[in-house]
Amino acid sequence: MKRWLPAAVVLLAALWIISVQLRPDSPTPFDLKEFGKIPVLVGGRIKPLDTVARTSLMVIHGKQVLRTRDDGRMEAIAWLAELMMRPDLADHREVFLIHDPDLSAWFAGTDDSRKTFSFAEIHPHFEEIQRQAARAAEIDVQLRNRFERAVVRLHSAISLYARLKHSLHDGLFPDMAAEVGAYASVLRPGMQALNRRQAGQDYDEASFEALIRFADRYRTLDQAGYFFPVPHGPPDSTDWRKAGMSLLESLHTGSIDPGMKRIAEIVTAYRFDDPERFNQAVAEHLTAVEDSHPQRASRASAESFFNHLSPFYKSMVLYVGVFLLACASWLVWPRTLAQSALWLATLAFVLHTSGIIFRMWLEGRPPVTNLYSSAVFVGWGSALLGLLLERWYRNGIGACTVAAVGFCTLLVAHHLSGDGDTMEMLRAVLDSNFWLATHVVVITMGYAATFLAGFLGIIFVFRGVFSTTLAPEVATALSRMIYGVLCFALLFSFAGTVLGGIWADQSWGRFWGWDPKENGALLIVLWIAAILHARWGGYIRMRGLANMAIFGNIVTSWSWFGTNMLGIGLHSYGFMEQAFLWLALFMLSQLAIIAIGCLPSRLWRSRLPGA
Amino acid sequence: MHALRILLRLFSSLQLTIACLIAAMVLVFVGTIDQVNLGIHAAQAKYFHSFVVWWEFPESHLRLPVFPGGFLLGGVLIVNLLAAHFTRFKLSAGKSGIVLIHLGIILLLVGELVTGLFQVESQLRLSEGETKRFSESWRSVELVLIDRSDPEVDRVWRIDEAALIGGGTFRQPDFPVDIVVRRFLPNSRVFRRPPGELPPEAVTAGRGLGRNLFATELPRTGKIDERDISTAEVELVTPEGSLGTWMACNAFDEVQPIEIDGRTFHLEMRQRRYYKPFSLHLLEFTHDRYPGTDIPANFSSRVRLHNPATREDRSILIYMNHPLRYDGLTFYQAGYDDDDTTSILQVVRNPGRHLPYIASSLVTLGLVVQFLMHFHRFGKRRRAGK
Repeated sequence: MKRWLPAAVVLLAALWIISVQLRPDSPTPFDLKEFGKIPVLVGGRIKPLDTVARTSLMVIHGKQVLRTRDDGRMEAIAWLAELMMRPDLADHREVFLIHDPDLSAWFAGTDDSRKTFSFAEIHPHFEEIQRQAARAAEIDVQLRNRFERAVVRLHSAISLYARLKHSLHDGLFPDMAAEVGAYASVLRPGMQALNRRQAGQDYDEASFEALIRFADRYRTLDQAGYFFPVPHGPPDSTDWRKAGMSLLESLHTGSIDPGMKRIAEIVTAYRFDDPERFNQAVAEHLTAVEDSHPQRASRASAESFFNHLSPFYKSMVLYVGVFLLACASWLVWPRTLAQSALWLATLAFVLHTSGIIFRMWLEGRPPVTNLYSSAVFVGWGSALLGLLLERWYRNGIGACTVAAVGFCTLLVAHHLSGDGDTMEMLRAVLDSNFWLATHVVVITMGYAATFLAGFLGIIFVFRGVFSTTLAPEVATALSRMIYGVLCFALLFSFAGTVLGGIWADQSWGRFWGWDPKENGALLIVLWIAAILHARWGGYIRMRGLANMAIFGNIVTSWSWFGTNMLGIGLHSYGFMEQAFLWLALFMLSQLAIIAIGCLPSRLWRSRLPGA
Repeated sequence: MHALRILLRLFSSLQLTIACLIAAMVLVFVGTIDQVNLGIHAAQAKYFHSFVVWWEFPESHLRLPVFPGGFLLGGVLIVNLLAAHFTRFKLSAGKSGIVLIHLGIILLLVGELVTGLFQVESQLRLSEGETKRFSESWRSVELVLIDRSDPEVDRVWRIDEAALIGGGTFRQPDFPVDIVVRRFLPNSRVFRRPPGELPPEAVTAGRGLGRNLFATELPRTGKIDERDISTAEVELVTPEGSLGTWMACNAFDEVQPIEIDGRTFHLEMRQRRYYKPFSLHLLEFTHDRYPGTDIPANFSSRVRLHNPATREDRSILIYMNHPLRYDGLTFYQAGYDDDDTTSILQVVRNPGRHLPYIASSLVTLGLVVQFLMHFHRFGKRRRAGK
């Protein structure tokens, strides 16, 4: 039975992945999965409604799924469909997440168990929210207190919510298809009346009034709308139209854009609870966009598939399993469990890799373009190195670090995705695939290797102090692993830093500008160089090496995130309010582990060689 | 002789290397954090391009050296590396990687020294349709007296900032006056002059634009987006006697004409200019945004370069990650102004710009050699171990 364990573990995991993938999306007869594939333009790129729904719900609700009061779950796309087409229902869903008790007391009174509120509850307080948010917005981000942060956040969530609500329709008349038809029929007589009126001739007042009423409403709709759902222009164009904008343009063209007509049909079908008509309208729209903008439509559809697959979330779960198996292997069944851990880690790694490749293809970019993707890639890099170590040493240590670093970095990535789209467009400075592919990838591999060395150090300390499993040969192997990974880290950190300098020189005429991010990279290089020289000089041995490698975690995390929090320099492209606390906690935890690692050898449960 | 040997042993020791590396970490870390207060430019001068980091007591002129600066640490590291290679290391194939790495590091440090000493940065602001032959320093100013009496050619007498700080009397052939710099404030605040008493240190003027103003000193700013307001109190003296005092300030928008012996002169404090043997003319500036957003997708400036000496006359597109390199200078797209009709180009002259390329190739090559050798030995040991 033991022989089959590794294969069984992998099979089980694969079955889980497939079963999640096949689970039907929504219990309603509306085909919302297809609806989620509809491409729209927002944030400068074409993406599926599914992505819009997920990132918006993430910003407003802090999660990609909505738990409804009757304990059901509501997918993001179902929520968005309801918000855009049945706002009367959506306004009573408790979506707005508020962490600050001072602010939530405005809506909940003394009931401090509630953290989520509906638009209907918040709406009466809107003026006060606006006043407080305007005041808080004038304070520097770093200096805001908890209430001010919360109120600014709520204000932007409300504005996103309202803009989403008005992206397709203003909801004044339920039957949008009929409304658009009525608008089409007054276009010609109305324009005629308008022209005659301007020329000072007699005109048909009724047609004129009707047209002006429509135009006023659509102007408001155009200003309020969030995304651009109406395809426009040549096949590779991103110059799409908002609903209001497209309807206003009809004044000049004299007819309704067919894309707009199809969208109106979708809205009406949903509104009148007619799933058959809805599904057909969605399918028609998708086919039409595939004809007019084939590449945009297929990318959007692929992105929607990617969202459903959520490979990073699934690898995270698998990494937890790997971690447990690897740790267990040091207690019982060392060979079998270590092998199971390796196999499962390989599966998780394959999923992780395919996620990265999928993203690269969707974006047409190298793997790292922002903080989010750097976190995903650091995890991938450490997992790759950890797997190699596991293949060479087969002692569960490599697998354990694969799991720990992979899980932690994906968790970090998950929290970084709370700001919205993770595939946002790149600012002009960063728009260079060549340098993103070289400098950024190499430097991120350097981070990955330094973290891997640090986690190997943590394993050394924990196993040594708290268990007797750190036998001399294990200790020797571990410290050799740390040393090798550090050499690799030095090579990549140095090369990455230099490539960054070359990028800077090519673009800005200076190789080195003492910018915080550059200095952060330099710190990593200096620290690894110090560790290696200390070891070559014999000033540190296994334990010192492990402890210094753990300090490398602190240096790297500062370089990765800390430098961005200073809010200065060319690289300050992402200040994160919450992250500062977590960074500080992480650094403290590493210091605590180093303190444990510095305990005198007699307090260690394992005997160190030569000690 | 004995002392020399001890000194040599100290300077070639590995402990010194490690101490230098860790001291460099402390310096870089503190120098980065302090950028929040000082700005990148001032922090760079204080920590990295200095021999000693000084601790200045607030509200006094007392200061103490507290830490070695970038130049000192770099210098000690270079001596340490050289000494180590002459005493401890024996040349062998196995050490070739190490030698390459250390040689590269020395070159890198030298490159940063050259940059620190010789790099000149300035800015070129061009509105659409405008032509310029000079760029301007963001950091330093110059005092100029311009003879406008010849309609064809201006004759310019310039006094640069270092000389202004020294103060004193300046004389120039062909100019009918001497300039006496009575006070110079590198950074200041200018106020409207009240009727009563002025602060004792205030800069004032009896004539010209500054008649109703006074200026007081401020500490210099090191922030990237702030500019010093420099003010000087200047007396013009002819052989017959003083003509009075004027205020010159780089925040004045108007020119300050002065009549001397029937000729017109302009007295001006302006950003220090760097004249080029060629001119740039901005044809068009474009600022693209991603559709439906304010995220900048690209900035670009189409300029025409005209060099009378080489008879070059061509149009060039300068945009993000694609600077213009010409005549030892790099022009890169740094910003824009005036509703996207003015382009701001950063102009950098760095004679040492090739050093880091050579240096980092050496180090990277050395690291790769060393890593491969380790890896090879590791592989052999692992196979032998099985």
